[in-house]
Amino acid sequence: MQLFLHQVLAGIATGGIYACMGLAVVMIYQAIDHLNFAQGEMAMFSTFIAWQLIQWGAPYWVAFVLTVAISFAAGIAIDRIVFKPIHNAPVLSHIVVFIALLAILNSGAGFIWDYQIKTFPSPFGTGALFGQNLISRHDAGMISVTLMMLVLLYFFFRHTRIGLAMRAAAASPDSARLAGIRVGWMIALGWGMAAAIGAVAGMMIAPVVFLEPNMMISILLYGFAGAVLGGLTSPGGAVLGGFMVGIIENLAATYIPGAGRELKLTIALFIIVAVLIVKPGGMFGRRVVSRV
Amino acid sequence: MTALIETRGLCASYGQIQVLFGLDLAVEEGGITALLGANGAGKTTTLRALCGMVRTRGEIKFAGASIAGLPTETIVRRGIAHVPEGRGTFTRQTVEENLHIGAITRRDRTGIAADIERVYGYFPRLEERRNQQAGTLSGGEQQMLAVGRAMMLRPRLMLLDEPSFGLAPMVVEEMFEIFGTLNRRERMSMLIVEQNAALALSLADQAYLIETGSLVMAGPAADVGRDENIRRSYLGY
Repeated sequence: MQLFLHQVLAGIATGGIYACMGLAVVMIYQAIDHLNFAQGEMAMFSTFIAWQLIQWGAPYWVAFVLTVAISFAAGIAIDRIVFKPIHNAPVLSHIVVFIALLAILNSGAGFIWDYQIKTFPSPFGTGALFGQNLISRHDAGMISVTLMMLVLLYFFFRHTRIGLAMRAAAASPDSARLAGIRVGWMIALGWGMAAAIGAVAGMMIAPVVFLEPNMMISILLYGFAGAVLGGLTSPGGAVLGGFMVGIIENLAATYIPGAGRELKLTIALFIIVAVLIVKPGGMFGRRVVSRV
Repeated sequence: MTALIETRGLCASYGQIQVLFGLDLAVEEGGITALLGANGAGKTTTLRALCGMVRTRGEIKFAGASIAGLPTETIVRRGIAHVPEGRGTFTRQTVEENLHIGAITRRDRTGIAADIERVYGYFPRLEERRNQQAGTLSGGEQQMLAVGRAMMLRPRLMLLDEPSFGLAPMVVEEMFEIFGTLNRRERMSMLIVEQNAALALSLADQAYLIETGSLVMAGPAADVGRDENIRRSYLGY
């Protein structure tokens, strides 16, 4: 029982990170109808910026806030400079640009900070919470930070004017323009927020997976799995899907003989394929029916 | 009377295909103008051209200032509300959220709350369904919501694209009565595109008839309604 609880709690902790990555992916998907393959590398690059700030002597939380702000601005810049001009380009052009962005950020980080694995500090300390071995201090802190961020985002989208404008712009750009909403800026804001969310996720997971240019590749895949599981059209579903993937991954690695660490990623991919076969729209997704 | 919106030599095209060929139109301040024509004459395109949703050439003046070439959002913020064909409902948002979206350019919380009540005053059915997802509304209710959303902008000019389309005759009658009231009581000028020419002419004071993107006839609605050719082609008597 102790082992089971421990695994579930650890699953919720990493699941929160998947939830953040899934949410970031869904936010951009809602805004521009494409999957951002570079989301993970954006988060990785942000985490390196945080590491650099800490190296330069900034206290952890100062570096944290600065990194979120820098990432937010960079996200907006990426949209304005790269994606706005190709707004009407075909899907493949978008994919090529996403992959290019991924490669640029990956090798850019490798060039600037080299590929050697670095440790990233945890603001919550190591060791167990409450003395028992149930959950580590870092896992507990990670859960609180992600939950706090998700609650803030929920409040922002439900109860603020700009949140409503962003939802309207994502739901129907033409109608949103007719209500006077500056749709282009709402999309840019979505990019900024997705980049900031990714930055938080990166900084939270870095103490666990260590810091190096390829750290986010598997995390993003889990994020995709969560988003697909919950439905790409449903931000709430993506969050729930992320948590579920985290728990499933941990339980499978513990209880399925032979699964172990090596097959964990396979499980995530298996979930993506299985969900798409049974429910193409995801668990909470909406099937998009277009009239011909 | 002065013109609130006025076009001179308005042309519009979708890519290579030109749809409007030099229209001169005007809607007077406080007036209701009907835009008539057969399917494919360019009525919807004219409305889309006025609020920057298609590429245009020519002059468009709103309240004395040129708005040609401006982005749709900017034109809307100047006081033109467009109730589009297909109603443009935000289907996953609630009725009340839809109304809030209509008022998104405004910051006066008390004024917005008062205007929501005002919309509910005109359309009590919307108040009954205020927390319902807008996609679950009937066609008539969605049209009411579209007009309500446009009212939330406090526009000086409302562009209505086929407001009677697909609605039951009783609902249409109610709707047009409300248009008349809005025009008189709120001093809202209107440009109405309608297939149902008799209905539009009964409400409007000015009317234009267009054919394949060019003006065929213009004048007071009563004169246009009396015209022999119009009667035969568009009114059916």
